[in-house]
Amino acid sequence: MKSFEYTITDPVGIHARPAGILVKEVKGFAGSTVTIQKGEKSVNALKLMALMQMGIKQGDTVTVSVEGGDEEAVCAALESFFKANL
Amino acid sequence: MISIQGKGVSTGVAVGPLYFYRRAKSEITRAAVSDTEAEWARFKAAQEKAIAELNALAEKARAEAGDEAEMLFETHAMMVEDMDYEEAIEAGIKESALNAEAAVSDAGEMQAAAFSAMDDDYFRARAADVKDISARLIGILSGAVEGGIDSDVPVVLASDDLAPSETVQLDKSKILGFVTSGGSGSSHTAILARTMGIPAIIGVGDKLKAEYEGREVAIDGGTGAVVIEPDEATRAQMIAKRTELLKRQALLNELKGKPNETKDGQRIRVYCNIGSPEDVHAVLENDGGGIGLFRSEFLYLECDDYPTEDYQFEAYKKVLSDMGDKEVVIRTLDIGADKQIGYFNLPKEENPALGNRALRICLNRPEIFKTQLRALYRASAYGHLCIMFPMVTSVWEVREAKKLIEVVKKELTAEGIPYAEDVQVGIMIETPAAAVISDRLAREVDFFSCGTNDLTQYTLACDRQNNDLGRFFNPHHPAVIRLLKMVCDNAHKNGIWVGICGELGADLELTETFLSIGIDELSVSPRSVLPLRRKIRETDVRAVREKCIADLMSDEYRL
Repeated sequence: MKSFEYTITDPVGIHARPAGILVKEVKGFAGSTVTIQKGEKSVNALKLMALMQMGIKQGDTVTVSVEGGDEEAVCAALESFFKANL
Repeated sequence: MISIQGKGVSTGVAVGPLYFYRRAKSEITRAAVSDTEAEWARFKAAQEKAIAELNALAEKARAEAGDEAEMLFETHAMMVEDMDYEEAIEAGIKESALNAEAAVSDAGEMQAAAFSAMDDDYFRARAADVKDISARLIGILSGAVEGGIDSDVPVVLASDDLAPSETVQLDKSKILGFVTSGGSGSSHTAILARTMGIPAIIGVGDKLKAEYEGREVAIDGGTGAVVIEPDEATRAQMIAKRTELLKRQALLNELKGKPNETKDGQRIRVYCNIGSPEDVHAVLENDGGGIGLFRSEFLYLECDDYPTEDYQFEAYKKVLSDMGDKEVVIRTLDIGADKQIGYFNLPKEENPALGNRALRICLNRPEIFKTQLRALYRASAYGHLCIMFPMVTSVWEVREAKKLIEVVKKELTAEGIPYAEDVQVGIMIETPAAAVISDRLAREVDFFSCGTNDLTQYTLACDRQNNDLGRFFNPHHPAVIRLLKMVCDNAHKNGIWVGICGELGADLELTETFLSIGIDELSVSPRSVLPLRRKIRETDVRAVREKCIADLMSDEYRL
């Protein structure tokens, strides 16, 4: 398993728009399971509504974990995705 | 006439008949099904259709309302196949043998409740999205008819809170504006109304009664006013405001983001005059390039005693940071004459316009002045500050004020308080004396800004507030314009910039003249920015310069 931490800078947090783009992005990594964790709660990054219901806000730090598939590449791709969109 | 107050969430004014939105029936019948596999297949078909519909709506929204709305429907399409949502529906059908409509309704309620329980306004509003997609699925499953507007003329549409798909499916040519009883500023009615440029007012509650249907209503999305059966005066006023707003919108569409550049490539900065930090909004909305005159008097006028350094600092800091890297010229205290403040205890004067006012008060009472300068320099660390002194007549005044600035900077350095090193210090040219010795004054400062209201009054010895003097008070008087040219030449000879921050700056009859004599900056009220920009862009300075300058000296010029 590979993971990275990221602190949200988007003023609205993981709202509908980036959540939607994120789910789409993750769908592209067929062999990998991506998990977003904030505090004790974690969610499969394919679950759009659950992801939004985490209520991740600006300033929150999340841990993004990748299991299976080309973990390294997926992790790197997601990290740049977070930087660009969140 | 009945007036109702709501919250305006999308600006604009509309007048027309009030019409209540007809909603498709959304009650569902619950039934137990025996062939759960067939019911599941029925759901999957409805799901597929819903996604196709939503993608089509995204297309439609892209054409009508921009990327934001498009993305909204794309997100909805994804929500329709959300894993948890779909699993809940599957369990409802396969395990509880519910009909698909009931299973969708239950799953939708559950997800909506989860959003409603969140502590953030934005996420709470997403409950409406879930309800919306559920209603769509149920509509497809039960073959319900679409809601809509059944009217031949355009209407002001009233409802509780429109779902996003409802807003986008509406026939736009039939809608003048929205009024909703519920909703929030982050609701889709509000967001879509804004992107489509239609006025919207939310939260009018139960004050909007069904019996008003068909009556004329006037709404103002800026103020949140809803007026049922407005009287003639209100109606005329609303329509005038509407015309004005539409004109401005057309200007914005045409000119926003365009440079203030003449046909032959000469550029001039167009900034704004403001009187309080709240006005920054109007500056940015009208595409002002900076602030050319921020009157600091409001701080003194709104207090019952001398405003403290911290109080002033916060106000200046707010304006500077709100304006980002754009220049902000803050004018130091300019009271006296027509602006009196009780706690200053200034003795009554025979001739206040020629009396103890502006910089004169500041130099006479340096402790007040120093408080303001300290606040200004502290705030300078948060933006691009220029400081300007009003009502200068002599070089020594400027030197004395600058000396005080040096004291303030030394103090701040000693206290370890940061300030910007590149603060420009300038003066207003609003007395004939300052204009005449502008060659000397130019060596003392970084810029000039001509206050044409006072400059006209003092040059023509003519009280601008005396109505009987109307035809004598002529800001186009050759004496005033010649002084401006002289100031401009002296500024440029000494390598400093010169602006105009009086009413005259926005006078389109003089724009060609200002461009010809080489004024660098015009500071005008926010709503004058775009009309002025248009005038500048229509001007070819090469074609008019010679004539404009010759005119100033000609025997016939505006005598």
